[in-house]
Amino acid sequence: MTAELLRVEDLKVHFPIRTGGILFGEYTPLKAVDGVSFSLKEGETLGIVGESGCGKSTLGRALLQLIKPTDGKVVFLGNEVSSMAGEQLRAQRQHMQIVFQDPLASLNPRMTVGDIIGEPLTVFFPKLSTAERKAKVRDMMAKVGLLPQMINRYPHEFSGGQCQRIGIARAMILNPKMVVCDEPVSALDVSIQAQIINLLMELQQDLGLSLLFISHDLSIVRHVSHRVMVLYLGKVMEIADRDSIYAQPLHPYTQALISAVPIPDPDLEKNKQRIVLGGDLPSPMNPPSGCVFRTRCPRATGVCAETVPVLEEKAPGHRVACHHWGVPEQKLV
Amino acid sequence: MTAVLEVRDLQVRFSTPDGEVSAVNGVSFDVNESECVGIVGESGSGKSQLFMAVMGLLAKNGRALGSAKYRGTELVGMPVRDLNKIRGNKLAMIFQDSMTSLTPHLRIGRQMTEVLIEHQGMSEADARIRALDMLNLVRIPEAARRLTQYPHELSGGMRQRIMIAMALLCEPDMLIADEPTTALDVTVQAQILDLMADLKRATKAAIVLITHDLGTVAGLCDKVQVMYGGRFMETGDVRQIFYNPQHPYTRGLLSSMPRLTEDRQETLYAIPGQPPNLQRLPAGCPFQERCTFVHQRCIDELPLLQQAGPGQFKACHLASLDVPVDDPNRAAIPAGELPPVIPHTATGDARTA
Repeated sequence: MTAELLRVEDLKVHFPIRTGGILFGEYTPLKAVDGVSFSLKEGETLGIVGESGCGKSTLGRALLQLIKPTDGKVVFLGNEVSSMAGEQLRAQRQHMQIVFQDPLASLNPRMTVGDIIGEPLTVFFPKLSTAERKAKVRDMMAKVGLLPQMINRYPHEFSGGQCQRIGIARAMILNPKMVVCDEPVSALDVSIQAQIINLLMELQQDLGLSLLFISHDLSIVRHVSHRVMVLYLGKVMEIADRDSIYAQPLHPYTQALISAVPIPDPDLEKNKQRIVLGGDLPSPMNPPSGCVFRTRCPRATGVCAETVPVLEEKAPGHRVACHHWGVPEQKLV
Repeated sequence: MTAVLEVRDLQVRFSTPDGEVSAVNGVSFDVNESECVGIVGESGSGKSQLFMAVMGLLAKNGRALGSAKYRGTELVGMPVRDLNKIRGNKLAMIFQDSMTSLTPHLRIGRQMTEVLIEHQGMSEADARIRALDMLNLVRIPEAARRLTQYPHELSGGMRQRIMIAMALLCEPDMLIADEPTTALDVTVQAQILDLMADLKRATKAAIVLITHDLGTVAGLCDKVQVMYGGRFMETGDVRQIFYNPQHPYTRGLLSSMPRLTEDRQETLYAIPGQPPNLQRLPAGCPFQERCTFVHQRCIDELPLLQQAGPGQFKACHLASLDVPVDDPNRAAIPAGELPPVIPHTATGDARTA
């Protein structure tokens, strides 16, 4: 867990949205990801948390170049993938894979499980014989907890949890270096979530891969991640080691997020003082001036409306973008 | 305590091209005045269909058997005309998806006043005043302007508040909330949960909270009923269920959730297997295929709810979860796969397993 696998510098993804007339309308940029920088080490899991609309999925896709970034650099294994295209980029994709949120929708209903899991092999190793490919697929199926004799079945014959295992097998079969997991368990039943999380963590151990774990569930992110990054309206609010961010969150948004998590413990939960943020997420088309979080922030002052806070290291390995950063005033959980 | 709702042996069946599906298989319970009951279960456990049947809202291919009485009046099989005098008025329901539950082409004001004009015969002007009061009660900013807006102009959290306000307009005896916060972000969920806790204190209405999220149940509910395969697995007081669960499924569910309050575990406990297929429920206990305590009796005989403590009931043949591993009745399973004992913070009722 030393070498750097991925470096992201000032990544921006802006979508042009038509705001004027139909013929000569104007376009306003929707800043889904706006200047995000971080790095990911080999074998590390970085948890990415934030509310819907904060840009966490767009970020995941932009890293894999599934959405072309507007600006900024993505350096993967020393190669700048953000400036690559065509065959060159495709070669890199062997090492970076993705697991999607909706297990059934991300599998082609007309392909058998064997074809789905084996497709990456046909693309990257076309010389492999059918028998060799099938053997590899069966191995992978066993690894993710699917019965190898189900190889000729179709996705609709499987439950949600099993479909997610198929999606994971497809992502892992090329032995990638990095897998982006975009809300991999939020569509699953509670009793199945733990199975899939354990599977992902086991595979990570066995294959030594790095994970970007995108989720809105802070309890799960704490369980799987080594480091955690908090996003709000496309910007990084805070990034730190897991223990440091959960024990001592320095950004008021992170503090509110942690305190909002319902705890399955009646005595604790009924007596807890939540930090309740007012209002809703502002429109990313028209973000607040200065700090994007200031409209909901309990600590906001005049300076927050004027100056954009810079993401700075405030404690070892703990970076925060806030003018009024500091330890929480109350117990959070 | 007076029961607002008495349900006896309620069953819900759906006829589908692939055969009959039994969504709810005979449940009985009471909901009392000013009580908050949590119905916990995974998708397909029958938790929503149970209350859809109570409200007479089952899909066309569904039918309800058994009895559900609102203050003595039988609801199952009641003609729609009579049912409409009760539901929306005395029994109100909040749904998970606030976008599809509001009519998209009617202004909020029209949708809210309709309830009052229909059920309480108010004039439009009076109804508007009452609607406005209710929007203020659920803490909607600029309430007067909201009445003239359409659902799509509001955010998800705001729409969910409007749903709650609408449900409360006629001061119902019972409020059924079906996954009211599942579609919302954590920070907005916190707002709605706070609001519901305030309402619980302020009104005398009984609240039924249907959810898969044990965290929200812990914060709001007084009683909990855990469902699986269309049956109650365990029922009891919220503290009993969380601190001293007696059913292997409840214990497994509680153990499989990572918690911010506990030290991080290296691996999570996971309930093995898949939820049951409701078309082919096994003869014995619905949880048998996934249960680490399963023995022959669980396969042969359906366990009925039996007393497991004061006010606590479980549908399980086991006398206690602390079965020795070498019990000859138990199926052979590795000891390491037993669900861990629930960590708890409460004083008293300490478990020693």
